[in-house]
Amino acid sequence: MENRPLEYDYTVAKMFMLTTVLLGIVGMLIGVILAFELAFPGINTILGSGLAEFTNFSRLRPLHTDAVIFGFTLSGIFATWYYVGQRVLKVSMAESGFLMFIGKLHFWLYIVGVAAVVVSLLAGVTTSKEYAEFEWPIDIAIVVVWVLFGVSIFGLIGMRREKSLYISVWYYIATFLGIAMLYLFNNMEIPTMLATSAAGESGIGAWYHSVSMYAGTNDALVQWWYGHNAVAFGFTVPIVAMIYYFLPKESGQAIYSYKLSLLSFWGLMFVYLWAGGHHLLYSTVPDWMQTMGSIFSVVLILPSWGSAINMLLTMKGEWQQVAASPLIKFMVLGSTFYMFSTLEGPIQAIKSVNAIAHFTDWIIGHVHDGVLGWVGFMIMAALYHMAPRVFKREIYSKSLMATQFWIQTLGVVLYFTSMWIAGITQGMMWRAHDEFGNLAYSFIDTVTVLHPYYAIRGVGGLLYLTGFLMFAYNIYKTMTAGKELAQEPANASPMGA
Amino acid sequence: MFHWLEKHPFFFAVGVFVTISFAGLVEIVPNFAQQSRPLIGTTPYSTLELAGRQVYIKNSCNACHSQLIRPFKSETDRYGHYSLSGEYAYDRPFLWGSKRTGPDLMRVGNYRTTDWHENHMKDPAAVVPGSIMPKYTWLYKNIADIDTAFAEQLTVSQFFSVPYNKPVPMKDGSTKIVKMGGSVAEANAMALAEAKVIVADMKDQDVKDAVANGKIPEIVALIAYLNSLK
Repeated sequence: MENRPLEYDYTVAKMFMLTTVLLGIVGMLIGVILAFELAFPGINTILGSGLAEFTNFSRLRPLHTDAVIFGFTLSGIFATWYYVGQRVLKVSMAESGFLMFIGKLHFWLYIVGVAAVVVSLLAGVTTSKEYAEFEWPIDIAIVVVWVLFGVSIFGLIGMRREKSLYISVWYYIATFLGIAMLYLFNNMEIPTMLATSAAGESGIGAWYHSVSMYAGTNDALVQWWYGHNAVAFGFTVPIVAMIYYFLPKESGQAIYSYKLSLLSFWGLMFVYLWAGGHHLLYSTVPDWMQTMGSIFSVVLILPSWGSAINMLLTMKGEWQQVAASPLIKFMVLGSTFYMFSTLEGPIQAIKSVNAIAHFTDWIIGHVHDGVLGWVGFMIMAALYHMAPRVFKREIYSKSLMATQFWIQTLGVVLYFTSMWIAGITQGMMWRAHDEFGNLAYSFIDTVTVLHPYYAIRGVGGLLYLTGFLMFAYNIYKTMTAGKELAQEPANASPMGA
Repeated sequence: MFHWLEKHPFFFAVGVFVTISFAGLVEIVPNFAQQSRPLIGTTPYSTLELAGRQVYIKNSCNACHSQLIRPFKSETDRYGHYSLSGEYAYDRPFLWGSKRTGPDLMRVGNYRTTDWHENHMKDPAAVVPGSIMPKYTWLYKNIADIDTAFAEQLTVSQFFSVPYNKPVPMKDGSTKIVKMGGSVAEANAMALAEAKVIVADMKDQDVKDAVANGKIPEIVALIAYLNSLK
């Protein structure tokens, strides 16, 4: 009995793996459509002018951001939690009927929430706040889903056999707490149905409509404290949780430095929250907050690079694995993109640079080298590592995975280089004056000049989507046609040709 | 200490929470105490303008247009006076945007007309050659939701003391009163009266007919809102 290894239960992990893949396809496909709409505006009416309301850029844009953040990424976070959590805490979901029930409820309510979000955003029901577009009924559903996630985390921790919490668990706990705090405060709103008219009428107008508790500058401040840190606790913290587990597991190497992981974790927790102000430089937010935003954004390089360097040094002496395994490639390039993106961000947060970069496509480029190169690569790598262990089969095709890696890398490179050029070009043209002190360009000049870059970006996005479809196919074939494994591999995921 | 925390999840979580709350407490709370006050001359939105603002939000205009003029010569030359905090006092939510795929709209009411918007929203590229803005043809058919705009006025006046039906100080020392209806019927009648003024400058016959029949297409409300941005 004592020597028998635990049988982990991946029922819930599998469910979330499915939504990671499906919502990833949806979110990225919408992204590619949006990219081409900017390059070729005719695509706005691709389904005819009758449906143009639902296919035009502005209506689809929130759907793209929310599908990749709350669809693809969040599903990936949940899927990996339901896999990693059991393994590092040395306890199986099968041991608790309660936690199994919570896990399944978590999944199904999440699905209901996703469906509600899709319908409402297509209908134009939105609060307009970026990544917090949902009206109050959906907000309540999201809070319930989040509480269930918390019950799962702390429930599993409560019955753990391994007393010491592994680094990944620190990051999952921080994800839970961070998003909970940010989401609650940013979405404080008053449903308009509560108001009564002088004539005594109440429940007037759309029942789901609400008004933000904060006005103007205050609203902007809370929103970007949220917006920036939703990136922190959605795109950084949980993804670091993943790499701390999956890279050592896949490579068979121990984490390079415990002290470095301590420093990076607590440093990230303290510093990140201050940096939101860099979205509001030269706005009407008090100056000292803008300066704090700038300074802490630069300080943020330290904990971010701490984690990334810790990961790269974990591969010390084992670099041949990068050449041999496409799965290791994804994680190593992911860490590299993480370093790249967390250096680029602070540069953009410097006030004089921000004066040019803000409102331009350079920001879009920055977001995407982070999410495509770091978040996307890491989540796909995590699922590739999980698949042979969850489905007890070899990964269907190694060569397909390697091809996917190069296609997607090319896609990311095309994406961010074109957006850099577009952003800096536009930023410089906006501020250019002629010899008499008049504006050198009308606004439309600064739009038409971007056409080639928008087209290149579209191609970059399309390549990334193509790679993602290859990933989806590879995972599907692994489930159905991969060679069966008698025993779980210790590290290095087994792959077919 | 860290080793101990890693074995005690509750205290670990408390530690994380304190660490992440710190920035919010220092950065955000002081600004709350000092609520953003309206600038003299800033007035609340009328019912139709607010309905138009909801159309603006419904179509995520803020995904491509900012409403924040930064204090640079290039921006004040292009868009007018740089933005001041008090001008946003009645903006719930704020609509600063984060990307200028199109130009800033903070003071668009100063230099664009009803007629310009009517033509532009129907076919942007016909008005501004090279424009990549999509056509917003459905705005001419969909009917604006005046009831919800009225509910929003009631909400902000009851919960946030926005001064409807009260004198608001103007720059020249006079005062102005922005009226709000006492009932749903009255609010609709007031919005319709506003809409008739806008429609007088428009050419689209279907839109004119709709307003004549007591219905306000979204485009009319949106133009009322855009004209109010000054």
